Amino acid sequence: MANTQHSIAVLFAPDVVHGPTSIFSPAGTPAHSIFGLSMLVLGVALCVFVIVGGLLAYAIIRYRHRRHDVKAGEEPAQIYGSNQIELSWTVIPVLIVAMLVLSSARVIYSTQQAAKPTAALDVIVIGHQFWWEYRYPKLGIVTANELHVPVSDPRHPTPTYLTLSSADTDHSFWIPRLAGKTDLIPNRVNIMWIDPPTAGLYLGQCAQFCGAQHAKMLLRVYADSPEEFSNWVKRQRDPVKEDPNTVEGEAVFQHNACISCHTVAGTVATGRFGPDLTHVASRDTIGSGAVLNTPANLRLFVDNPAHFKPGALMPPMHLNEHDLDAVTAYLLTLK
Amino acid sequence: MDGTLVEAEEIALRNSALQVLHNWVTTVDHKKIGLMYIGSSLLFLVIAGIEALVMRIQLAIPNNTFVSPQAFNRLFTMHGTTMVFFVGMSILFGFGNYLIPLMIGARDMAFPRLNAFSFWCTFFGGVLLYFSYVGGNGLSGAGSAPDVGWWAYAPLTARPFSPGHSTDYWTLAVLLSGVSSIGSAVNIVTTVVSMRCPGMTLGRMPLLVWLYTVMSMMAFVTVSPLTAAQIMLMLDRYVGSHFFDTQAGGSAVLWMHFFWIFGHPEVYILIMPAFAFANEIIPVFSRKAIFGYPAMVAASVGIGFVSLSVWAHHMFTVGMSAGANTFFVLATLTVAIPTGIKIFNWLATLWGGKIHFTTPMLFAIGFLFQFLLAGLTGVMVGAAPFDWQLSGSYFVVAHFHYVLVGAILFMLFAAFYYWYPKMTGRMANEALGKWHFWLFLIGFHVTFDFMHIPGILGMPRRIYTYEAERGWMVWNLIVSSGALIQAVATLIFVWNLIWSYFKGPLAGPDPWDAWTLEWSTSSPPPEYNFAITPVVESRRPLWDLKHPEDSDSYYE
Repeated sequence: MANTQHSIAVLFAPDVVHGPTSIFSPAGTPAHSIFGLSMLVLGVALCVFVIVGGLLAYAIIRYRHRRHDVKAGEEPAQIYGSNQIELSWTVIPVLIVAMLVLSSARVIYSTQQAAKPTAALDVIVIGHQFWWEYRYPKLGIVTANELHVPVSDPRHPTPTYLTLSSADTDHSFWIPRLAGKTDLIPNRVNIMWIDPPTAGLYLGQCAQFCGAQHAKMLLRVYADSPEEFSNWVKRQRDPVKEDPNTVEGEAVFQHNACISCHTVAGTVATGRFGPDLTHVASRDTIGSGAVLNTPANLRLFVDNPAHFKPGALMPPMHLNEHDLDAVTAYLLTLK
Repeated sequence: MDGTLVEAEEIALRNSALQVLHNWVTTVDHKKIGLMYIGSSLLFLVIAGIEALVMRIQLAIPNNTFVSPQAFNRLFTMHGTTMVFFVGMSILFGFGNYLIPLMIGARDMAFPRLNAFSFWCTFFGGVLLYFSYVGGNGLSGAGSAPDVGWWAYAPLTARPFSPGHSTDYWTLAVLLSGVSSIGSAVNIVTTVVSMRCPGMTLGRMPLLVWLYTVMSMMAFVTVSPLTAAQIMLMLDRYVGSHFFDTQAGGSAVLWMHFFWIFGHPEVYILIMPAFAFANEIIPVFSRKAIFGYPAMVAASVGIGFVSLSVWAHHMFTVGMSAGANTFFVLATLTVAIPTGIKIFNWLATLWGGKIHFTTPMLFAIGFLFQFLLAGLTGVMVGAAPFDWQLSGSYFVVAHFHYVLVGAILFMLFAAFYYWYPKMTGRMANEALGKWHFWLFLIGFHVTFDFMHIPGILGMPRRIYTYEAERGWMVWNLIVSSGALIQAVATLIFVWNLIWSYFKGPLAGPDPWDAWTLEWSTSSPPPEYNFAITPVVESRRPLWDLKHPEDSDSYYE
C-alpha cells in the first residue's frame, strides 16, 4: 500500500516528493495517514480527469466543423436530453463522493480522537507576533522558537501533544512532514499531536497571516533521541551561571527596556512580551528562524531587529557600540 | 430654415464631449449601465493585475527586497479585494444588466434608477478603496491602504492590531460594494419575475437568465451577513463593542463564520455567470440545443442551495470537532454532483455537433478543461485531512485561481468576444482574439499549473519572501514568468477591444447565427431594445424563425 502511494506521488511530479517541508515526505502518524488519503484522492481525481478530459478532447476533435463539409449549410441533429444518460452521470459521482467522504471521516476521527498514551509529552504552544513560545508544564521548561521533542518509537509511542493558543492574532502551526496545520486562535485552545519517528530537524512556519512579519515566523522542531532529549531537558533546567566577565552586559540588559519584554530565569528580567532568553545561546537561530545565531547576527539583531525582520515588534535599542558589545557578550553566555 | 438651424445646433451640442459625458453619467438605460459596469471592472482588472505582477516579481527569487513586507501585505489585500468586489462582482452584474432585459424581451430593468445607483455605489466604493493609497501618510508611505487581507480575519482588524484607517477604508469600500450587489440582485430578480415577454414561461427562459436569477438569490442571502459583519466591525472599532475584539473577550471564530458564510457562496456567485455564458456560447458554436435544459436548471438551483452549507470548509484548521469537520466534508463534496452534471451536459451538447472554433468558443473550451481541473483540486481541498496540509498554502492559491481565472475569466473573455458585436455593432478581430487566446492559455498554465507544486512543498500563502533552502525558487520563477505572459495577452485583448471598436467589420444583428432574443435587435440595440414586444413559443425563438419546419416548440 505504502509503495503504491509512493508511486502515485512519483507519477504526479517526480521532483516534488522530496524537500525539507514537502507534504509528500511524511514522517509520523498524522502526516502518514493524511498522505494515504491524499494519494487516494489524487488517484480518483486523476482517473476522473483522464476519462472526462479524454471524452471532451475526443468530442472536440471528432465533431469539429470542417470548412469543406459537403452539407455545410445543414445543422446537426438536435438532441434535447436523455433522462437515462443523465441519471447515470448523477449516480456514479454520488458513489465516488460517498467513498471519499467515508475515507476522509476515517482519517479525521483517527487523528482528532486518537487515545492519548500515558507516555505522551505535553507542550503548551503560544503564538505571538512573530515568534513561538513553548512551555513544558511537567518539565518546568520555558523556551522559544525551537521546539525539542523526543522521537516516538511505534512500539512504545511517545507522541507530543501540543496545546495551542495565541497571545494576539491568529497563527497556524504547520510542520508539513509531521502533521497537518492547526490554528492558534485567541480565546481558544486547540490540540494537535506529532510523533516524529526519526531524529532530526523538521521545518515549518506560521501558515495563517498574522501581520507584518508573518513570513518570518518560522518553525523548527528538533526530534531528539531519548538520551539527547533528556540531556536537553537537563541543560534547559540548569539555572543561569553567573559569569564575572559579563556583569557589565547583564547590567546593560537590566537597565534598559530589555527586561520589560524578556525573561532570563533567576534574574530580575521577567518580561513575557518577547521570547524567553534564559538559554538563548543554546539555540541555532534567532528571530524565530530569521537568521543563524552567530555573535555578529545577535549583535545586529539587538541593535536593530528590523534589519533582519522589518515589522518585528522589538524596537531598535539605540545602544552605543560599547553597550552593544557588552550585551551581546552577556547573551552569548546564556547557554 | 430656422428649424434646420436649431436642429444643427442641437446635433452639435449633443456631440460635444461634455454632453456625451452627461449622457453617460445620468443614464438609467440598462445597456449603458451594463457597459459602465464592464468598463469600470476592466479598469480595476488592469490595476489588480499590475498588483499581481508586482507580487510575482517579489516572489520570483528568494530573499527579494523589491517591495517591503508591508507593501506586499497591502498588495495582496488590495489585489484580492479589488478582484472579488470591484472586478468579479461588477463585471458579472454588468453583463447581467446588459443581457437580461434583451434576453427576456423587456425594454429595461424593473428599477432603472436603482440600477444606476447600484453602479455608482460600487464604482465609488472602488475609488474609495484606492483613495486609501493617498490617505494617511500619503503616496510615498503608501498611505493607509488596507493590509489585513481580503478576508480581514479578526483580531488583526481590531484597533490594537490595526491602528490608523487602513481597515476602515477596506470596511467602507466593501460595504458600498455590498449595497450595490444587493441592489443589483433585487433588480435582476424583479426584472426576471415581472418583465418577461409574452410566451416566455420560466421553462423557456434562456439558461443565462435562470443562472443569473439563482445567483441573485444567493447574493441576497450571503451579502447581507457580510454587510452585517462590516457594520459590527465598525462598531468594534469606533463604538467600543467587542464582537471581534479578542483582547476584550470577543471571538475571532465568529468573524470567520460571518465572513465565510458570505465568502464561500461568493465563489459560486462569481461562477454562476460563467456557467451562464457557457450555456449560451457552447450550444451556438456546436450548432445544437443545450443538452438537458431541466437538469441544468436543477443543478444550478442545487448548487445555490448546497453552497450555503459549505462555508466551514474554510475552517478545517480552526479546531472544529471531528463531527463538524465530517459534516462539512460531506456538504462540500456534494457540490461535485450537480457540478458534474453540468460538465457532462456540456459534453453531451458538444457530442454530435458541428463545432466552430471561433474565439469565444476557444475560450469556452479552455474553460471546460480548466473548470474540470479546478473542480478536482476542489475535491482535494474538500477532503478535510488533505486540507489540513493544503489550507493556507500555495496549493490553495493555485486551486482558486484555477476557478477564478481558468474558469471565470476564460468564460468572461468568451463573453466579451461573443457579445462584443451586439454591444458595439462591430466584430472583434478574430486574429487578435486567437493570439489573445493562445498566449493567455499558455500564460495561465505556466502560472497556475506550477503554482500547485510549492504548495505541496510546504510554501504558505501571504509571505513576502522565503528562504532559498526550501526548494521553492525554481517553481516561483516559472510561475512569475507565466504571469508576465498573461499580462502580454491581456494587453492584446484590450488593444483588440479598442481597435475593433473603430475598425472592426460591421456585425449586423445576428453575426453568430444564434437563437436568443438579443440577436433579434439591431447591433447595438436601440435605447428601447424592441420596437415591438417579442412573443416567444420556445427556448430558442430565433431557431423557430430560421427553421419553421423543425421548431423547438414541437419538442418542449
